Amino acid sequence: MATDPIRTPAAGPADAPPVLRARGVGKVFGGVQALQGVDLDVAEGEVVVVIGPSGSGKSTLVRCIDQLEQIDAGSIELDGELLGFRVDRGGVLRRLPTRRTAAQRRRMGMVFQSFNLFAHLTVARNVWEAPVRALGVPAPEARERARELLERVGLGHKADAYPSQLSGGQQQRVAIARAMAMRPRLMLFDEPTSALDPELVGEVLGVMKSLAQERMTMIVVTHELQFAREVADRVVFMDAGTVVEQGPPDQVFGRPATERLQTFLHRFSAAP
Amino acid sequence: MTGPGPRSLRATVPGRRGATSAAGPARSAAPGPGSAPSPAVTAAAAPDARDSRPERRPLLWLAWAVLAVLAAQLVAFVLRSDRLELEVVGEYLFAEPVLDGLLTTVVLTVVATVLGTALGAVVCLARLSSLAPVRYLATAWIAVFRSVPPLVQLLFWFNLAYLVPVLSLGIPFGPSFGDWDANDVITPYTAAVIGLSLYNSPYSAEIIRSGLSSVPRGQLEAATSLGLPARDTFFRIRLPQATRIILPPMGSQVISLLKGTSLVSVISMTDLLGAAREVYTRTFEVVPLLIVAILWYIVLVAVLTTGQSWLERRFSRGY
Ligand SMILES: Nc1ncnc2c1ncn2[C@@H]1O[C@H](COP(=O)(O)OP(=O)(O)O)[C@@H](O)[C@H]1O
Ligand SMILES: [Mg+2]
Repeated sequence: MATDPIRTPAAGPADAPPVLRARGVGKVFGGVQALQGVDLDVAEGEVVVVIGPSGSGKSTLVRCIDQLEQIDAGSIELDGELLGFRVDRGGVLRRLPTRRTAAQRRRMGMVFQSFNLFAHLTVARNVWEAPVRALGVPAPEARERARELLERVGLGHKADAYPSQLSGGQQQRVAIARAMAMRPRLMLFDEPTSALDPELVGEVLGVMKSLAQERMTMIVVTHELQFAREVADRVVFMDAGTVVEQGPPDQVFGRPATERLQTFLHRFSAAP
Repeated sequence: MTGPGPRSLRATVPGRRGATSAAGPARSAAPGPGSAPSPAVTAAAAPDARDSRPERRPLLWLAWAVLAVLAAQLVAFVLRSDRLELEVVGEYLFAEPVLDGLLTTVVLTVVATVLGTALGAVVCLARLSSLAPVRYLATAWIAVFRSVPPLVQLLFWFNLAYLVPVLSLGIPFGPSFGDWDANDVITPYTAAVIGLSLYNSPYSAEIIRSGLSSVPRGQLEAATSLGLPARDTFFRIRLPQATRIILPPMGSQVISLLKGTSLVSVISMTDLLGAAREVYTRTFEVVPLLIVAILWYIVLVAVLTTGQSWLERRFSRGY
C-alpha cells in the first residue's frame, strides 16, 4: 500500500477532529443570499454527497470551501486551521493575503463541472505542473507520479495528448488525477458528471468510487442519486442556501423528513 | 423514404452508368454477401456515391481565363515598357545605399516593435491595475498616443529641443542627477524610435489586453484552485493562452509599423524609401527606384508573415 499512488489515509480514532468544519457560513451575491447559516462537518475518510435543486447554493458551498469565493459570515476550518482569515495580535479577524490562501488551497482538490484542463498543456503536464510549481516537487518525481495517476484513471496511454483530443469523460478523469497529484486532504467535486454524455458518466463515477473505497475524504455535489446511495456515508440536502436535511443515504432517500426533500426526490424520480 | 430526391437521382444514374454497366451488378451485390444479385435488385439499384462526378464549374474556368489574361498583360507591359527600366532596378536592388537604407528600416522596425510592445505591456497592466490613478494614467496614455498621427509624432519629437531645451533626470521639483542638452539627445534616429514606439504602444496595449481577457475564467480558477502561485498562473497559464489570441493582430501591427517607418524620411533619416529618394533626386530614375523600394517592402513583409505563421502554429498546439 505504500507504493499506492493515491494516498490511503489511516483510519483515525472515531472521535478524531473533523477534516472540515463549517460553522454558520453565509455568502451574499449582490443581494442574493446564496448561503445562509450552513454548518457542515466532514470526518476523515468520509464521503459526503450534497444534493439539492438548481440554485440552492451547492456550488457556492464547495467554492467557498476551496476559497474561490470569500465567505461573508461564519467560518470554515480545515484540520482545525481557519481558512481565508487570520486573527491578528489585536484579536482582529483579517483576510489572508493571496499567497497564504494559495497555500491552503493546495490541501484541497477541486474537480469542476467543466473540467477546466489547461488547454495548452499536454495531459501529463496538466497533472505534474502544479506539484512542481506550487509544492516544489522535483520534476522527475512529479512526472513519475503523474504517470502512475494517469494509469490509475485508465489514461496512461493519453499522457502526451492535448485535452482537446480527449472525450469529456477522459478529460474529467484527467482533472481528477490533476487534483489528486497535490495529495489533498479533501477532494471537492462540483457536479463532475453534469457536462458529460450519459454513456461517459459511468467511467468518471467509477474513478470517484475507487477514491472513496480508498477512504479519500470527499464532498461531492451531484445529481447522480444512485451514486449517492451506493457511495455516500452521508447525504446532505440543500435548498435556498441552507442545509435542510442530512443523514445516511437510507434515511435521506428512504424516509425523507421534510416536505422540501420529499418534493425534490419526487420530482427527481418523475423526471429522470 | 420515397421522397423526390432518390427518384430524381434514379432517373439520371442509369444513363451515366451506360459505360460501366458491367461493374453495376457486381457492386450492388457487394454489400450483402450470400444474397444472390437478383435482376430485380439490379434494376432498382440505389444510387451509389462512387458513381458521382465532380460538379461542372464554368465560373472556375472563366476565373482562370481572366487571371491568365491579366498575367499576360502584366508580362507584356513589363517587357514592352521602356520606362520601367528593369536594368536600373537590377542595378540598384543590391546597391550599397539601398542596402543601408534597408538595414535602417529593419532596425527601426525591430527596435520600435520591441520598445512599443514592452511599453504596451506596461500600459496594459496599468489599465488592469487595482489602483485607480494608475488606471487613469493608462487610459489617458492610450487616448493621447492613439489620437496623434505618426507623422505628426515624428515631427514633434524631432523638434522637442525647442519645447524642452534641457532634459534632466532627478526628483520632481527637487535636485537633478544629470542634465542633457535636448539637441544632443534628440537625433533623427532617437526621434524616430521614440515617435514610432509611442505610436505603437497603445495598439500593443489593447491587443495584449484583449488577449489576456480572452483566456476563459475556468482556466484561471483551475490554476487558483491548485494553489499555483500568482506569478505561475500568469506566466504559465494565462500568458501562453493569451499569446495565441495576441499573435494575429500583433503581426498586422508589426507590418503596419514596418510600413510606418517610411515616414522617417521627413526627419531626414535615410531608411529604405529615403535611400531610394536620395538616388532618384540625383539620377531622375524615379519609378525604377520606387520599384526597388517596393520589392524590398514585399520581401520584408513576406519574411514577417512567415515568422508569424510559424509562431501561430507553435502557440495553437492543443487547440
Ligand atoms: N458569481 C455569482 N454572482 C451572482 N450570483 C451568483 C453567483 N454564483 C451564484 N450565484 C447565485 O447564488 C445562488 C446559488 O447558486 P449556486 O451555488 O450556483 O447553486 P447550485 O450550484 O446549487 O445550482 C443562485 O441564486 C445563483 O444565482
Ligand atoms: Mg452548481
